[in-house]
Amino acid sequence: MTRTLVIVGHGMVGHRLVEALREKDVTDQWRVGVVAEETRPAYDRVALSSYVDNWDANSLSLAPHDDDAVELHLNDQVVHIDRDDKVVRTTAGRVQPYDALVLATGSIPFVPPVPGRDLPGCHVYRTIEDLDGIRATVEAAHSSGRHAGMVLGGGLLGLEAANALRGMGISPHVVELGPRLMPLQVDEGGAGLLKRLVEKLDLTIHTGTSASSIEKDGDRLIAKLSNGVELDLDVVVFSAGIRPRDELARSFGLKVGERGGIVVDQACRTSDENIYAIGECANLDGMVYGLVAPGYSMAEVVADRLLGGEAEFPGADMSTKLKLLGVDVASFGDAHAKEEGALEVVVNDAVAGTYAKVVVSDDAKTLLGGILVGDASKYPLLRPLVGRPVPGDPVALIGPAGGGPELTLPHDAQVCSCHAVTKQQIVDVVNSGEAVDVPGIKACTKAGTGCGSCVPMLKKLLSECGVEQSRALCEHFDHSRADLFEIARSTGVTTFSELIGKHGRGRGCDLCKPAVASILASLDNGHVLGGEQAALQDTNDHFLANIQRNGTYSVVPRIPGGEITPEKLIVIGEVARDFGLYTKITGGQRIDLFGATVDQLPQIWARLVDAGFESGHAYGKALRTVKSCVGTTWCRFGVQDSVSLAIELELRYRGLRSPHKLKSAVSGCARECAEARGKDFGVIATENGWNLYVGGNGGFTPRHAELIASDVDTETLIKLIDRFLMFYIRTADRLQRTSTWIESMEGGLDHLRSVIVDDSLGICADLEAAMAKHVDNYADEWRGVLEDPEKLARFTSFVNAPGTPDPTISFREERGQNVPVLLGVPEVSR
Amino acid sequence: MTPVCELSALQPDRGVAALLPDGSQVAVFLTSAGTVHALGNIDPFSGAAVLSRGIVGDRGGVPVVVSPVYKQAFELTTGKCLDDPSTGVPVHPVVVTDGVIQVGSP
Repeated sequence: MTRTLVIVGHGMVGHRLVEALREKDVTDQWRVGVVAEETRPAYDRVALSSYVDNWDANSLSLAPHDDDAVELHLNDQVVHIDRDDKVVRTTAGRVQPYDALVLATGSIPFVPPVPGRDLPGCHVYRTIEDLDGIRATVEAAHSSGRHAGMVLGGGLLGLEAANALRGMGISPHVVELGPRLMPLQVDEGGAGLLKRLVEKLDLTIHTGTSASSIEKDGDRLIAKLSNGVELDLDVVVFSAGIRPRDELARSFGLKVGERGGIVVDQACRTSDENIYAIGECANLDGMVYGLVAPGYSMAEVVADRLLGGEAEFPGADMSTKLKLLGVDVASFGDAHAKEEGALEVVVNDAVAGTYAKVVVSDDAKTLLGGILVGDASKYPLLRPLVGRPVPGDPVALIGPAGGGPELTLPHDAQVCSCHAVTKQQIVDVVNSGEAVDVPGIKACTKAGTGCGSCVPMLKKLLSECGVEQSRALCEHFDHSRADLFEIARSTGVTTFSELIGKHGRGRGCDLCKPAVASILASLDNGHVLGGEQAALQDTNDHFLANIQRNGTYSVVPRIPGGEITPEKLIVIGEVARDFGLYTKITGGQRIDLFGATVDQLPQIWARLVDAGFESGHAYGKALRTVKSCVGTTWCRFGVQDSVSLAIELELRYRGLRSPHKLKSAVSGCARECAEARGKDFGVIATENGWNLYVGGNGGFTPRHAELIASDVDTETLIKLIDRFLMFYIRTADRLQRTSTWIESMEGGLDHLRSVIVDDSLGICADLEAAMAKHVDNYADEWRGVLEDPEKLARFTSFVNAPGTPDPTISFREERGQNVPVLLGVPEVSR
Repeated sequence: MTPVCELSALQPDRGVAALLPDGSQVAVFLTSAGTVHALGNIDPFSGAAVLSRGIVGDRGGVPVVVSPVYKQAFELTTGKCLDDPSTGVPVHPVVVTDGVIQVGSP
């Protein structure tokens, strides 16, 4: 018989419970009803401060419950629990019987009783709506110059809030009552460094003090601190901790803790055996946990219990790793050495700006915890070792690189704490062959898909398992594509035979030849069919057209930005009609003409080139199209001229050869009609300029592009795209699209941003120069063929009977157009 | 034997297609080692007459052409498909006389 689970609240933990239960409940024992007072479904509150980057609430979305067994009622509140009859009632009048009830009501921000705390311009920091409110205050601020704000609370969330304010162009003052920043996670030494690092980023830190009053002064807010300092402010944000939402439980007689929180046992069950509480509203062993990871653990426990399991709360992993304002901070295990006799080992490098501490047991044999500030790269390795023997000398764990022992994790150590994945589970999917790379491990185990901090560890485990992460291009080269690119670039080698002679072996194959041809083309070595290069190209590049299943080709002329005159449209129509070509509009705002034979291609292109068309490179691993919406010229919502920019970009990068195809789009406003976030590089107009997104694609594994720069002017935008594309071309693997290239990069998008925005490698001028060379040397490939009799001669059906059509090709008519007659494919046993 | 073209018409490690008197098609290749090979032009996996347009190279030292449609490799000397040894393409005898390539029936 089907039973009914009612969940009150749809935050991250409520969402996780639904997911966990539905995954485990294979026989559909439970139907799930969720009642949530918020107007939007659960979203990634942990990443809230990133909302400031693009003001796109969708980018925080969690996967929707696409499931008939789950009903989600938003904007409704449970106001009554009848525990005897097991029924809840809501403000919308819903009467919902339950077999089990789960309270996942979360928490509310704690606002200290400061006089003036209710003034306009004072906000809390928890929801998307809170951030919208802060933004409205900031936009209405009349003061000229840089705005100032105050964040009350210097904990993890307070610094996140300060980061968000900074993203809105506000100089934040952070006021912390305790003696240091992040008192829960970081010790004095670490906090000292953290303060020094964030103060460089325009934050002013006031510790050991609090706000004694907030007053209105005209359009401004004046905050008086207890140490006598007065701050002149545009906005105030309270971030001084949370209080569990336990009022429903109190009203209906469930036991609550002395300092709040619904008391639950190790099964997360409240004082009523049919009612559970999970997440920030629950009080377990006298603790209320304000982190998402323990909430997720509770959700997993309840899912198991509902299905008859015996799971118990495994204890909270309070480990934290985050990048606050670009500064790495990590804290794990017994970070403050509270255990009796615990010993601390500290390496504090004020010059390098790093602080590291490990806490070990009194006999220095067991790792208990630690703190890392400035560089948290050792976190994925150290955190799983908590409670386990210290391998060797503790100081070597955090000492300078190179001197330390080679650390290996025990098999039952948890590698991914977001999804509770152990080393053993990862090793299993690797050894069974289910996963051969990091994306594979992510798909099989979910490890690395939460905060992502364990991804470097996943790579290490792959190599520990002997999965040779060989980047050799093929059996003829031991080098990766990126290595070969550098060899070709630095040595000036311009032919495949020289490259394979000096750096490879054998004759080459269908993997290395086109890859090297692409490298040579990216380095501007003339026409892709010039000299020896012609033999390297696969059939599409060899005939500058796309091969189809019957051996004919399709033709795609370039239509920059998707803008075309009626005259040119008529030429395409006439050519298609005269050669009997099947015509279809592509997804990239151009026109594809199918069914051309090899000897027809030059005749078709002679007419297209005459009419002013150029190759569209639909056949190449190259820039395809830059799609656009109509933008300000016509659209009443547009804020920038998207068509002009799309044309400019398409003309700039046309003919650019790359490791894989490249697609782009420009949208004239946030409505995003051009679908720019589905592209390798997408541009979306803002009122102040352009936002640049990178690493998106459609295809087998669709991915949204991520924001890398916002509100830049056109000149800056083009500079950034120049650098992005050239860095990709130089360093990506063969057939690696921009999304996987970024994903496989150590440091991911942050690293890419530091390279192409902040020029951390000092190569931007070089990348720009390389792109400038490409732009200067561009020439239309099809015109190049038509003007060269030697290249033209290759476009023949039969060497001994030029002009004779291939007898195996024939067409039939479908909906008024030619389509291929399917070839009699001989039986092939596979 | 049918004369199909001059040896100089071929580019090393690339093929051309030729039509034989019986209407069948042959793919003729010149390798970078200087040898000439002729295989049936029809790719048995797609049914399209395209093998002459494949990339010529080697797999483990064995000279091959790779079909441009679904990328199976065929041994130039035997016509055998290395990805599926149960299938293959016909091998035509080929001679070069006075710089002219002549192809016979398989």
